[in-house]
Amino acid sequence: MTDLMIDVAGLSKSFTLHQQGGVRLPVLDRVDLRVGAGECVVLRGPSGAGKSSLLRCLYGNYLADTGSVRVRGPDGWVDVAAAGPRAILQLRRGTLGYVSQFLRAIPRVPAEQVVAQPAIDAGTPPDTACARARELLARLNIPERLWHLPPATFSGGEQQRVNVARSFARDYPILLLDEPTASLDPENKRVVVELTEAARQRGAAIVGIFHDAEVREAVASRVLDLPARAEAA
Amino acid sequence: MSGYGADAPILIADELRHSFGRVPALQGVSFDLHPGEVLGVVGESGSGKTTLVRALSGELVPQGGRVLYRDREGELLDLHALPEGRRRRLYRTDLGTVRQNPRDGLRMTVSAGANVGERLMALGQRHYGSIRAQAEDWLARVEVDPDRLDDVPAQLSGGMQQRLQIARNLVSGPRLVFMDEPTAGLDVSVQARLLDLLRGLVADLGLAVVLVTHDLGVARLLAHRLMVMQHGEVVETGLTDQVLDDPQHAYAQLLVSSILPV
Repeated sequence: MTDLMIDVAGLSKSFTLHQQGGVRLPVLDRVDLRVGAGECVVLRGPSGAGKSSLLRCLYGNYLADTGSVRVRGPDGWVDVAAAGPRAILQLRRGTLGYVSQFLRAIPRVPAEQVVAQPAIDAGTPPDTACARARELLARLNIPERLWHLPPATFSGGEQQRVNVARSFARDYPILLLDEPTASLDPENKRVVVELTEAARQRGAAIVGIFHDAEVREAVASRVLDLPARAEAA
Repeated sequence: MSGYGADAPILIADELRHSFGRVPALQGVSFDLHPGEVLGVVGESGSGKTTLVRALSGELVPQGGRVLYRDREGELLDLHALPEGRRRRLYRTDLGTVRQNPRDGLRMTVSAGANVGERLMALGQRHYGSIRAQAEDWLARVEVDPDRLDDVPAQLSGGMQQRLQIARNLVSGPRLVFMDEPTAGLDVSVQARLLDLLRGLVADLGLAVVLVTHDLGVARLLAHRLMVMQHGEVVETGLTDQVLDDPQHAYAQLLVSSILPV
């Protein structure tokens, strides 16, 4: 494999619910995953198999119990499972793009700004970042009259598309996509497939969850099957 | 959020301890804060978070431990051990404190302009026209109509008073600001505006902030990192979204699960 970008080894993750008498829910059990630049690995498995949890461990949003979650940043490999908050935030700024299942709207910030902000934070001139943001919003069929409004009042599908635009507005070396096509119509699904494929071709390492089998087949270089897990231990 | 610096810590809380009678409020609280970093301190009433901000902001001398501030020259200063004059000066120039109740952070008997100008005068500025111009500029930045420059705080709404308090603190170009529940007690719509304003100012100015709040939504929006306190102890600390989405400690889990979803 050329240019390995993600190297997950022996990752286990469980939740201990202290409010429920300390019941422990295992989610991931010794998962290995290696992804190279220009590869799109699709996670497949039944609901509860830990697909989203694996993406969240890669993003530093969930803590790993054991194992390593190494990603390649600009200054070399970083083990997200062991890195401090500052190192993880730095990775998120330059390396890790993440599309979650819903947009966390910020009061008063217009859609165009939401999409352009990550690029501006990374030093792209605001004019360039905003032009790119408008191009993506148009491509994802967000009506122009909405661009200057905060997305809090948008429909679910519109919010999801703003969210997608935000993550494709920068050329992240690693993209984590958690059902980016959920709640989208066929036309917009096709756009997301095209954006994902273009990102892969420019060399992004992509890990994604796509429930739609057709979408999955269109974007996947490889599929990783995650087995269903027992409910509790 | 941008401006997340990688330099040496600007603030070090080292084993802070304090009790009120037999009630411990701080039981060995330590943390580092870096330039441009926003640290959220969350916990319920009685967790010690207000005592912490009072100890940091110089309002209370902790019975144990040190508060170390790294000044513009890179020298680490033990704030509570500094000569009174030097300490007061730092708190009026490099450091700021935004209190929950604007009445505690403003001088209620002088005009909005004088409230903002006070720190400039502490810095030695004497030119009335220049101070007035800077005060006007800062009122505009915190979205208070500069026409209100000559009003006293009592003539302003609660949200405006809070924004005035922020301008009063930021006018001197501080590097480190302590905020104690800055949005509590405001209407929700007013809160959203203030939050957005704070978010922008903190990022633009690259401020380091210790933000005490009981509102986890506020913490999620503004803080890079969270510290969860209970009974005067830090029970959990980490990246903000990690602590909120995957809390480890029993009390942190209780706190997160107690918010009503919106």
